[in-house]
Amino acid sequence: MTAGLPRISSAAAAPLPDGRSAGPRHGVRRGIREVLDYLGILPFLLFIGVFLLWPTCTVIVGAFQDAEGRPTLDNLVAVAQGTYLEAFALSFALSAVTALLGAVLGGLLAWSVATGRRDSALRRVVAAASGTLAQFGGVMLAFAFLATFGFNGLVTLFLRDRLGIDLFAGGAWIYELPGLALVYTYFQIPLMVIVFLPAVEGLRPQWREACLSLGGDSWAYWRHVGFPILWPSFLGATLLLFANAFSAYATAKALISQASPLVPLRIGTFLTSEIVLGQANLGKALAFGMIVVVAATTVLYALLQARSSRWLR
Amino acid sequence: MSQDRSAAGVRVELVDLRRRYGEVRALDGLTLEIRPSELVALLGPSGCGKTTALRALAGLERLDGGQILIGGRDVTDVPANRRDMGMVFQAYSLFPHMTARENVAFGLRLRKVGSTERLRVADRYLDLVGLADRAARYPHQLSGGQQQRVALARALAIGPRVLLLDEPLSALDAKVRSQLRDEIRRIQLEVGTTTLFVTHDQDEALAMADRVAVMHAGRLEQVAAPTELYERPRTARVAEFVGLTNRLRGEARDGAATVLGISVPLLEGSVREGPVTVLVRPEAVELAPDPGGAARVVAASFLGSIGRVRVRLSDDTFLLAQVSSADVARFGHGDPVRVSLRPVPALATEA
Repeated sequence: MTAGLPRISSAAAAPLPDGRSAGPRHGVRRGIREVLDYLGILPFLLFIGVFLLWPTCTVIVGAFQDAEGRPTLDNLVAVAQGTYLEAFALSFALSAVTALLGAVLGGLLAWSVATGRRDSALRRVVAAASGTLAQFGGVMLAFAFLATFGFNGLVTLFLRDRLGIDLFAGGAWIYELPGLALVYTYFQIPLMVIVFLPAVEGLRPQWREACLSLGGDSWAYWRHVGFPILWPSFLGATLLLFANAFSAYATAKALISQASPLVPLRIGTFLTSEIVLGQANLGKALAFGMIVVVAATTVLYALLQARSSRWLR
Repeated sequence: MSQDRSAAGVRVELVDLRRRYGEVRALDGLTLEIRPSELVALLGPSGCGKTTALRALAGLERLDGGQILIGGRDVTDVPANRRDMGMVFQAYSLFPHMTARENVAFGLRLRKVGSTERLRVADRYLDLVGLADRAARYPHQLSGGQQQRVALARALAIGPRVLLLDEPLSALDAKVRSQLRDEIRRIQLEVGTTTLFVTHDQDEALAMADRVAVMHAGRLEQVAAPTELYERPRTARVAEFVGLTNRLRGEARDGAATVLGISVPLLEGSVREGPVTVLVRPEAVELAPDPGGAARVVAASFLGSIGRVRVRLSDDTFLLAQVSSADVARFGHGDPVRVSLRPVPALATEA
């Protein structure tokens, strides 16, 4: 706002050709216009305030309070050990594995799509399918997998009855973390395609040709030019996938009903279970831990995106 | 191995190059010879095949037929990365994650030149293009003109046998373009590398090149020094593409054509007998205010150092004349003028 003040005063001082001073009226109009501009985003700011900032503040404050509202670090100490720490470790491992799988497989898919013709049917199909499947999570996805690979799933029965292959000879993996990893990867791959495809498309053909004319082969191009340029985008997209998996709740809840091995499921337990009644702030401490992890991941993602977007403009 | 060298110019021969895209013949028997250390500009309208020819020479475009010889050696089937050519592209092609110095040193890095030596060479070429003080900047921290200078330094740093410039100035604004074209010419003369320069801008081609090769529909229309190309075009296409031209009806006989009652000597390649269309440059047209003149001024434009006056003749054809800027004010809209032609040799085509 300070930058605007001299502008307004100088406008006030400048007379029009007919001698009238247009400054103050102009300044007031501009001020009204600016206020109206801000009014336009008011609903959005309200929404963010009510559904993001307020709950976040509640969680953060609650994480540092005991049941009587006194300040304490006990909640954080408690969630940094025992089963809670295991839940964080499992959430981390699951998110990392599915993020890596999704990043590699989705990255390869994005690359193969980007190298084809821009108007090809394959490209349109992959882009449309990715847009849909990346959002295809939660109970629907869990049900789809159970109907296909569950104890009585179509594929399970077909393999068992026709080919004599028992998918569950080694245990009920579909209902445990390996199953969850498979299901998560299912929506991580299309998300990677959506996030990473613009970066791959940003690689200019001239860079490859310049590398060629300077004496490099295809390997030299990827080693010295292609990979270094794409690396921040790839890493950023992987972090986004990590945050996506780390904060997923509904899919895990629908697939794993017997236990709460992941942090989001633990938090869900604090919200619904009577056994942990009176320990709501422990749940807030868990949520605070998630906020820290997701916020750190998002900040890193934004930094990497800013770096690579400058290159791929 | 020292890469700090100025490559001696080599002869480049494009022999009967052919390339089709479906039904379109991008190159239709193009033959062109570039002398050692010469700068040849390949000039033509969009789609005439000039970029295809340059890319074929670079090894970036497959040919359907023909032969490319560099220094007498057939390189038609040699891959691009072994042709030893430096190329500057139309769009900015610097590697965005490398500094200007790293970009220039990149070709030497691929040639396994030690880091001290390659950075020394890179700095020398950055100095050559006037950007020694920008060596540590990234491409996004450089202006368009500076980026193209770095690209030129990068292309030259490997000591290429041939330098290829693919419309390197087209993305720049007029002032920078004019400065950089002089710069490129100075550097090319200094290093002596045989250079092929593709452009659709006749001013660039005429200002920079030792010879200009005008292309049309995948073929060479004419290759000549700029002055010869302008003053003695062999075809109507060349006359009309290079500079401004009036098309006037005339009658040819005995090596001259009578146009507007004046005898104009005809250039080689002209139609020698019968009714013809004579291609007359605006600077060969002379105008004089005359109350009894049959022509009328349509418009007069002041263009700085010169002026142009458009007149309508009595048969309703239009004629463009070049006058001195001081004379522009003498010609007002609708003024009667007398038109005459200076007997400058002109090309005559069939009427």
